Amino acid sequence: MSVLSDRIAISNMQNVRRSSQPVFDRIFQWSSFGSALLVLIVLAGIIGSMIHGGMPAFREFGFGFVTSSAWDVGRDQYGAWVAIVGTLTSALIALVIGVPLSIGIAIFLTQLCPAWLKRPVATTIELLAAVPSIIYGMWGLFVFAPLFAKFVQIPVSSLVEGLPFFGTVLYARVPSGVGVLTAGIILAIMIIPFIASITRDILDQIPTMLRESAYGIGCTTWEVVRHVLLPQAGVSIIGAIMLGLGRALGETMAVTFVIGNANRLSLSLFDPGSTIASRIANEFNEAAGLQLNALLALGCILFLVTFTVLVLARLLIARVKAK
Amino acid sequence: MSPIAVTASQAIGHSAPADLDAPVRIGVRNLNFYYGDFRGLKDISLDFYDRQVTALIGPSGCGKSTLLRTFNRIYSLYPEQRAEGEILLDGQNVLAPNVDVNELRARVGMVFQKPTPFPMSIYDNVAFGIRLYEKLPKSQLDDRVEEALHKAALWDEVKDKLRQSGMGLSGGQQQRLCIARTIAQRPEVILLDEPTSALDPISTGKIEELIEQLRTEFTIVIVTHNMQQAARISQFTAFMYLGELVEFGPTNKMFMNPNKKQTQDYITGRFG
Amino acid sequence: MDTMPQHLPTQASAVRVRRSRQVADRALKVTCILFTVLGVIVLGWILVMLLIEGTRGLSPIIFTQTTPGPGTEGGGIANALVGSLILTVLGIAVATPIGVLAGTYLAEYGKGSKLANVIRFVNDVLLAAPSILIGLFVYTLMVQPMGSYSGWAGGVALAIIAIPVIVRTTEDMLSLVPGSLREAGVALGAPLSTVITSITWRAARAGMVTGVLLATARIAGETAPLLFTALNNNFWFKPSLMGGVSNLPVMIYQFALAPYQNWRELAWAGALIITLSILALSVVARLILKKDKAR
Repeated sequence: MSVLSDRIAISNMQNVRRSSQPVFDRIFQWSSFGSALLVLIVLAGIIGSMIHGGMPAFREFGFGFVTSSAWDVGRDQYGAWVAIVGTLTSALIALVIGVPLSIGIAIFLTQLCPAWLKRPVATTIELLAAVPSIIYGMWGLFVFAPLFAKFVQIPVSSLVEGLPFFGTVLYARVPSGVGVLTAGIILAIMIIPFIASITRDILDQIPTMLRESAYGIGCTTWEVVRHVLLPQAGVSIIGAIMLGLGRALGETMAVTFVIGNANRLSLSLFDPGSTIASRIANEFNEAAGLQLNALLALGCILFLVTFTVLVLARLLIARVKAK
Repeated sequence: MSPIAVTASQAIGHSAPADLDAPVRIGVRNLNFYYGDFRGLKDISLDFYDRQVTALIGPSGCGKSTLLRTFNRIYSLYPEQRAEGEILLDGQNVLAPNVDVNELRARVGMVFQKPTPFPMSIYDNVAFGIRLYEKLPKSQLDDRVEEALHKAALWDEVKDKLRQSGMGLSGGQQQRLCIARTIAQRPEVILLDEPTSALDPISTGKIEELIEQLRTEFTIVIVTHNMQQAARISQFTAFMYLGELVEFGPTNKMFMNPNKKQTQDYITGRFG
Repeated sequence: MDTMPQHLPTQASAVRVRRSRQVADRALKVTCILFTVLGVIVLGWILVMLLIEGTRGLSPIIFTQTTPGPGTEGGGIANALVGSLILTVLGIAVATPIGVLAGTYLAEYGKGSKLANVIRFVNDVLLAAPSILIGLFVYTLMVQPMGSYSGWAGGVALAIIAIPVIVRTTEDMLSLVPGSLREAGVALGAPLSTVITSITWRAARAGMVTGVLLATARIAGETAPLLFTALNNNFWFKPSLMGGVSNLPVMIYQFALAPYQNWRELAWAGALIITLSILALSVVARLILKKDKAR
């Protein structure tokens, strides 16, 4: 009996324990919830500000804003077509060059690379993503473009001169080294680290057993890659590529340096052009009135395109991860 | 008789006999537990006695850990898990919605299967629970920490490195650190969820000795898959199967002369 | 030869198949190695370029003098350097609490909920969103209403770029913390907020610090979002940070393309400083994580 009363005394003492700051608990939970919501609010804010700011231009020019290639500040006439074409072309060139390079690097890192070399090489490739885009712009303009003009544009132009198709697409009227193709090449280098590192992760996730059983029946590395790894990774590699595409579409500073910033539509990849991002970067600070609205409308278009691409990319990557 | 039963009955000699007059500390009444739609516990009713060690045994998936996790409502971390019924701790229903779960958990301590030292110094690990509820001057806090480490039979091994990380200790030491952390809070009940299953035999032996000593102060509930361990350290044993309580009684009776054939089969190793 | 069953390839064709397989295999290996070498070379090339061009303009004077006006001799980059530092610190100071808390929500409170999944998805999209659009957004959000470019707008723009990076790494690192540690904390009667701040965060500390460092590296070199927010000029910024705040990236952009020799040299010197700092930061961030993993 005395044991019991003893116990009750202790338990009463413990019942008066100070309950530990429930207020702080509440505040903490709500502020973390609020911060998470802020991520959604930022996205909504970006969409809202682009639509709101671009509305006057859309209202003025209607759907013609997208299809018109006019961009005349003097007459206040604006159309997005040249910039849209420049954006898509340079991004596509970036994919054509960047994707094989990225996948090759990913295959090297996962299949061929000796263990001791893996980390330094992977880090080096990842560091390519850390280099500021303006530095790529400077490298592109001051180092790459002159070499590109001398060793590619001039010889190729003289080679294809007069030929149908190639004589147009690969002919440089002014072989300065800058242009849509140069921008595409620089973009290709810039998206490599992103595509390569995701592809590497995907390839690493494929069960070793699958790979070993393929090697076990005498497959060569090429056959394992071609018939086992790539089909297995399939859709998610497309997701990685889309992610790279999203980057290429919105990249600004490097492109602004090397694309030439011309407002005319040209069929030659060696000619200067402009992208949505480069045009905004070039003109926004001096813009006023309708031009400002037109630039925000361009931003709106860029947002819609990159957003769509990035959402698709994430969905493709997520789908495979879930599998 | 099978060899396991022999060792089990031999081992019983080591545990103190059940105190049949001990008052009830925890009363479980018609407890049902759900993981989403799955019913993990079915109408459990049983009593746990003051300053006695009660072992919960049964094959894996029988609900013994689930039952343990209802006593401090730790399951409420997971939104899809819920319990119905009553668990009376000193007559107060801990499942009632108005119960302050944090306070409850300070009164009902828990030690887990794998050692869970926090990423901080040994001293701070032990002081963590005290600091939550009591503002003590440094000297008193030091005393409490030392006392807890003494009780957990760890003091001699760590007294010179209290400021070092708790992660640097061996597995067995880490588990005793976790026990020290729990008793430092001066709980009334200690729940042990297979506390030795990740440890080597020597560390296991130390923890079992420790439990025997802690019994003089705390009401202890231990989940174990090791029947010899249950026989060695507990005064009462509950055998569970498929979410139901099959049999409950003093440990020596459970192991020598169980009422149910299912219990008999399990402790002699015929199933599970 | 005659005894060989018909359906097996003849020796000659087997050799041919084997050879073509070997050629394809060799081609793949050579190509992959070549591509990797190419990637490494580009990084090396950029660094060599920066070292050659950047060291030319590098002298102690440039750390004490402000950027020169058009046609002015000499000058330095002191104002741009300090301005960049302030903008980056401002951006990280805003982004770290928000990013860490949001990542904590995703990993600890929201976990499997629908809302958390949506937020996680949107965050991943923002992670790759064009930074120039964030510049435009902050322009309409702050510069237009306030009627002036400002360091504050620049800081907010950089913060918006840094937040997704911090959210993502925080969530990833917290998810790696074993659930048993949380349960052990909760079992002692600690409220969830205490468990998170003094146990889970502590266990994930190295990874979270890495995330913040990587976010710093990411925003330190961002140019596009500053073009329309912090702008740039050749003076020391006002203490109120209102008006243009000079900063390295925009300074480099403007000076590199300028017709003055001293401007271009300063641009290269700035480019060298900023790139080396960012690469160093990225490497340090990785080392912290590696050291923690080894523990």
